[in-house]
Amino acid sequence: MASVAMDMLRAASDWLTLAFDAPSAKAVVFGVNIGGHLFVEGILFVVIIFLLSQKSYKPPKRPLTKKEIDELCDEWVPEPLIPKIGEEMKHEPPVLESAAGPHAIVNGKEVLNFASANYLGLLGHEKLLESCTKSLEKYGVGSCGPRGFYGTIDVHLDCEARIAKFLGTPDSILYSYGLSTMFSAIPAFCKKGDVIVADEGVHWGIQNGLQLSRSTIVYFKHNDMESLRKTLEKITQENKRAEKVRRYIVVEAVYQNSGQISPLDEIVRLKEKYRFRVLLDESNSLGVLGSSGRGLTERYKVPVEKIDIITAAMGHALATEGGFCTGSARVIDHQRLSSSGYVFSASLPPYLASAAITAIDVVEENPDLITKLKENIALLWKGLSGVQGLQIVSDPESPILFLRLKKSTGSSKDDLQLLEVIADHVLKEESVFVVTSKRSTLDKCNLPVGIRLFISAGHSESDLARAAEALKKVAASVLHDEE
Amino acid sequence: MITIPYLTALTTYFSYGLLFAFGQFRDFFRKIFDWWQASNLQGYAPICLGLEDFYIRRLYLRIQDCFGRPISSPPDAWFDVVERVSNDNNKTLKRTTVINRCLNLGSYNYLGFAAADEYCTPRVIETLKKFSPSTCSTRVDGGTTTLHSELEEVVANFVGKPAAVVFGMGYVTNSAILPVLIGKGGLIISDSLNHNSIVNGARGSGATIRVFQHNTPSHLEKVLREQIADGQPRTHRPWKKIIVVVEGIYSMEGELCKLPEIVAICKKYKAYVYLDEAHSIGAVGKTGRGVCELLGVDTADIDIMMGTFTKSFGSCGGYIAGSMELIQYLKYTCPAHLYATSISPPAAQQIISSIKVILGEDGSSRGAQKLAKIRENSNFFRSELQKMGFEVLGDNDSPVMPIMLYNPAKIPAFSRECLKQQVAVVTVAFPATPLLLARARICISAAHTREDLVRALEVISRVGDLVGIKYFPAEPNKQQLDDGRVKLE
Ligand SMILES: Cc1ncc(COP(=O)(O)O)c(C=O)c1O
Ligand SMILES: Cc1ncc(COP(=O)(O)O)c(C=O)c1O
Repeated sequence: MASVAMDMLRAASDWLTLAFDAPSAKAVVFGVNIGGHLFVEGILFVVIIFLLSQKSYKPPKRPLTKKEIDELCDEWVPEPLIPKIGEEMKHEPPVLESAAGPHAIVNGKEVLNFASANYLGLLGHEKLLESCTKSLEKYGVGSCGPRGFYGTIDVHLDCEARIAKFLGTPDSILYSYGLSTMFSAIPAFCKKGDVIVADEGVHWGIQNGLQLSRSTIVYFKHNDMESLRKTLEKITQENKRAEKVRRYIVVEAVYQNSGQISPLDEIVRLKEKYRFRVLLDESNSLGVLGSSGRGLTERYKVPVEKIDIITAAMGHALATEGGFCTGSARVIDHQRLSSSGYVFSASLPPYLASAAITAIDVVEENPDLITKLKENIALLWKGLSGVQGLQIVSDPESPILFLRLKKSTGSSKDDLQLLEVIADHVLKEESVFVVTSKRSTLDKCNLPVGIRLFISAGHSESDLARAAEALKKVAASVLHDEE
Repeated sequence: MITIPYLTALTTYFSYGLLFAFGQFRDFFRKIFDWWQASNLQGYAPICLGLEDFYIRRLYLRIQDCFGRPISSPPDAWFDVVERVSNDNNKTLKRTTVINRCLNLGSYNYLGFAAADEYCTPRVIETLKKFSPSTCSTRVDGGTTTLHSELEEVVANFVGKPAAVVFGMGYVTNSAILPVLIGKGGLIISDSLNHNSIVNGARGSGATIRVFQHNTPSHLEKVLREQIADGQPRTHRPWKKIIVVVEGIYSMEGELCKLPEIVAICKKYKAYVYLDEAHSIGAVGKTGRGVCELLGVDTADIDIMMGTFTKSFGSCGGYIAGSMELIQYLKYTCPAHLYATSISPPAAQQIISSIKVILGEDGSSRGAQKLAKIRENSNFFRSELQKMGFEVLGDNDSPVMPIMLYNPAKIPAFSRECLKQQVAVVTVAFPATPLLLARARICISAAHTREDLVRALEVISRVGDLVGIKYFPAEPNKQQLDDGRVKLE
């Protein structure tokens, strides 16, 4: 054994000397003397390349045989498509037999409706019905195509221009559904690697958009500016490349999940300090806040161009459907090719765009509607003060009055059930239609649940008094042992 | 599977290469120019990014006028296209008051319900007066009216499932339902050409996503076997559940789904089937009930049936139909049911009325006539196009027929020439299709008369000669075609 190795070693060394002495070893190529060691290095280099090109050692793989796969497939038992249906899943909402105006009909009985976000009472407005009818007669119902493929009807363009003019922005873009606005607009601008700072109380449409964007998401405490400041500070400090990545703050003007209002002046101050862009959802503030209904920017007297991207659903104060995004021409044009819900979906039915145009006209012509709404909010606030076991957590200017339990039962599911009982009694016994804030299992918002009252300019003084009395009475009877 | 001649592939690549090079060249100079002027970003990163932005600026803007043409009438068989002008090399387009009456081969108006209808329109307007355009509320709050309950019943009956739930937008239907049904530990196997709403829904769900070759049941089976045997990545735990997502008619291909084979495979491997009938419901099948009816698949074998109302019914919105329990669960927790404004009442009425017409419940035979008409129109148009030598994709009976263009320069040429001759067609290019496979897409409607179609064929033939897209000899000889072509997926 040893001798064989010795032989081989000797042979190798002979080979080496030969290499050093070979005639070519003294060759001069382009003025470089190819000494023997260069030759050896050359060989070594080749060997290294050869070794590098080999795959590292792996235990040989034995793929599953066809029979084994068959068995695995046979054995596999999927979970059922949906979980078992529990009692709480069988809940059926009340069915309206009329339009969802301030007074509606449920089960053949007239009820006071506080479930529709018809803030300005435009639902059923004479002028809106007229423009819808005209539009339906002219264009039919659906647009039968996405905006890119002959689904752009002149009223869409008029509507976009009207919105931009109303809000004082350069341009705007229509979406065919309120919910799709945010979850399309956010991923159009935020990609992997970008940083988004969002309020923890944002509604599901925004959460979905955040998730689809695949950006780094950081949440700050609900409507807490100190928490926002710290978060921005931390991100700017930690991230050396912060200058290079795109940074956004995502907030709602009026939070659907709590009725709180974002302090926009403070947000703009922070945004400018840390150089973040702001995405603001004005779904529940458009037509409500500000002296002429132009929303949160008007309420805080912040120039609208300071907010980079504004979105809103039109299914609230404007009493139509769909949504829009508004901002600079660049922001809007980018969405026309890059926003999934805009590119890949049929456009808004033209009659709903006509309704939106008319609704904005009505708001501009009747600023007293906004005054009336403000009075109504104040009235209901006053009426509900001292309601037993419940507490108003919404902002005094918010058109959503949000009541939550003073003393939580400890689980939000039980809380919701308790609140459902109250809402149920109020509807059945007092004919006042109020609703709880239901949560999808997909919703990551963990703010406390509550009862929501959507106040409308269409409610009369006596309506509000009646609603407040009814809620107080039922809360007192259901929550009698709470205090 | 599309085969593309070598020469065409080469010239197409060359054209894109040239466009790309020129774009980069111009960008280079722009950069120097920008560098000269002080940056106006003030510490913000640019809002629109590199390649996507490049594509829009340097390729899309050149042919912008072929997309998003505004119209000023309903998207019926003939419609009014508003002319636009540009003063800055197509960068911005301005509407004019000039109107061009064109034959509409672009809208998804399969049954012709887009325009005013003697049965539907009066009912829609009546509903508008009674229920207003919106409910301003979600379905679980104050957004459920008697009309919504009726609509769900009508839809469930029509598609042949025990129950249904409706939403105000088709896109949201897909993107909000998938996350409810499946999450981490689940597997979604999706056709490679599925619609963006399905892709978004799948991404939003957190489930693992695998893709199978477009409309290839054998590949689906292979993927299923591999995945079930392997289990979840890394942990190799068995999958919680598997959902296979397919479409009834693929809108960019015009192809019918090979549903019977796919359903058989899913049954064998215990995967759930999710069928998106956006383009097929109402448009195909003897009584308009979609691909299940056309291909003889029992609806009981499809676990989740989805569809939209934007196409055949001329309205808006989407539905999910399935078992009673499935719908109950969706109504309990689906975000689109809990958080989105309920479907607009007049649109709901349009759907109810148009389904009644389709089923002949309006007391006339118009529905049956419409269904016969669209089938006849589609098959006539497709066979004529093929005879002329166009490369037409898709199956018989499908009202969607793409005509292959390939070359980027042919996209605007075809679209503009057709429009000049009063025929409005849709052209589709990257990113909606693979780079090489640009196409024009024709959607046939029951509202088209035979004269309309003949006229359209004449124009398309003339323009086809002009821009050179008759890739086959007229009346093609099959044998000869298979030589000298690259296989592409
Ligand atoms: C297969 C498929 N699913 C869903 C949709 C979305 O439908 P909608 O336009 O109603 O949003 C479409 C529309 O193009 C589609 O083709
Ligand atoms: C669910 C789903 N379907 C289809 C696709 C399209 O796949 P591909 O582009 O690889 O063909 C994707 C890709 O992201 C997807 O996520």
